[in-house]
Amino acid sequence: MTGSDQNKAPGSIGGSIGSVRDQVRQPLWLLAELTYACPLQCPYCSNPMDFANVKKELTTEEWLDVFRQARAMGATQLGLSGGEPLTRPDLVELVREARKMGFYTNLITSGVGMDASKVAELKEAGLDHIQVSFQASSEDLNNLIAGTDAFKHKIEMAKAVKANGYPMVLCFVTHRQNIGQMDEILDLAINLEADYVELATTQYYGWAMHNRDQLLPLKEQLEEAEAVAHRYQEEQKGKMKIYYVVPDYYEDRPKACMNGWGNVFLTVTPDGTALPCHAARELPGMTLPNVKDMSVEEIWHGSDDFNKFRGFEWMSEPCRSCDEKEKDFGGCRCQAYMLTGDATNTDPVCSKSPNRHLVDEAIAKGRLESEKPVDEAKPLVFRNPKNSKLISGL
Amino acid sequence: MTARVFNADSIPVLALGYRFQWEPAQNCNVLLYPEGMVKLNGAAGEILKRISEKKQTVAELIAELTVAFEGADLGDDVYQFLEEAFNNDWIRPE
Ligand code: SF4
Ligand code: SF4
Repeated sequence: MTGSDQNKAPGSIGGSIGSVRDQVRQPLWLLAELTYACPLQCPYCSNPMDFANVKKELTTEEWLDVFRQARAMGATQLGLSGGEPLTRPDLVELVREARKMGFYTNLITSGVGMDASKVAELKEAGLDHIQVSFQASSEDLNNLIAGTDAFKHKIEMAKAVKANGYPMVLCFVTHRQNIGQMDEILDLAINLEADYVELATTQYYGWAMHNRDQLLPLKEQLEEAEAVAHRYQEEQKGKMKIYYVVPDYYEDRPKACMNGWGNVFLTVTPDGTALPCHAARELPGMTLPNVKDMSVEEIWHGSDDFNKFRGFEWMSEPCRSCDEKEKDFGGCRCQAYMLTGDATNTDPVCSKSPNRHLVDEAIAKGRLESEKPVDEAKPLVFRNPKNSKLISGL
Repeated sequence: MTARVFNADSIPVLALGYRFQWEPAQNCNVLLYPEGMVKLNGAAGEILKRISEKKQTVAELIAELTVAFEGADLGDDVYQFLEEAFNNDWIRPE
């Protein structure tokens, strides 16, 4: 480690602020991926392909220690995700302690395993916010809308969320297989009396990248989905807020990924690996510091991983001399690497990138796949331990 | 001009999901909400602190602030802030 912070009390506030020279960088956002266990098998999961490799999750005490350290460094937002965080038996305890430390606690869940008593327990423990992500495939959606037991369960859960004084925040991950059902998705949201609906697009990392040809939406699908979303936005004004995000492959500027590398965002994975973003594990040359081996302070300020793409020095052209670099930081490092083979390249989504054709080719490939008859198209690979082992050769 | 949301008798409360707290690491008062945070300046902090601590009418709130700030005439500023805070979705009348 190159860190100069070792001699300071780990996580002490004075230490953290005093040790930042040019710019105050604080891990304001801590994303705790509590577990990779999950009852679902979404083919668009952004978890790493080799998740089955992770056997030992951090213990309750280890997580609380990470929370404490990050909190002392200025973290205010805590995201509890996974996998499915509800599978952690200590979830309520983690929430309770985190809340006591002063975190704003966000639970990011599929809702599977959630019932009225669980919601009440979490509320009592001080949980601030619940976001329910519906990982609905078109088939699930149809079942849901047709009024199956699963649907009744969802309605009950949604009611419990609202009865406990939470806004109902729904997130739907859209892709080629379900984006044509924007009407159904939004009707479902209305049925659940959602207050906020985020129509998120699949991010092509991990399993989603593996399945990209089957997931990338077509341009005309997007246009239609957008029109539907706007229509509902009008109709639902004052009742339900709908956020619609265009997939970055169809934009000509990249997203300001993580608000800048190692700037405000800290992810800790189930085994304690600290990452500047949840996909960064797949980059080459990462040292993958672990919270079990060193303090969060050392990792944040001193580790190679977190310093790698801070500032603008590391940039290649055209980003380096671009006047928009403070706005988007050159986009996503993981996307640059996955598509161009070099993490310091401009995110190829950008129309100024000499590699933009790679994105256009991916879009074209997706279209080709979509035109194939079902039995010839590449099958979707589902995220489960078996496939994880198969693909990663474990 | 749109009509005012708050009058002397309305009781401002924090919007659902919003939390006020002092942040030592930021050295300021903040408002926390799902996946976000706003840092508050001194005056905004004083007002929201009181709103988060106890339910009272705008008139009572202004009276309390006037005492705290030694008789300064704050009425207009408070109203203006409340309207802004409402437009930002931070607070609502009960
Ligand atoms: S995306 Fe699906 S499979 Fe992946 S963790 Fe979330 S619910 Fe589980
Ligand atoms: S060239 Fe780089 S910095 Fe400029 S807009 Fe594109 S991605 Fe952003």
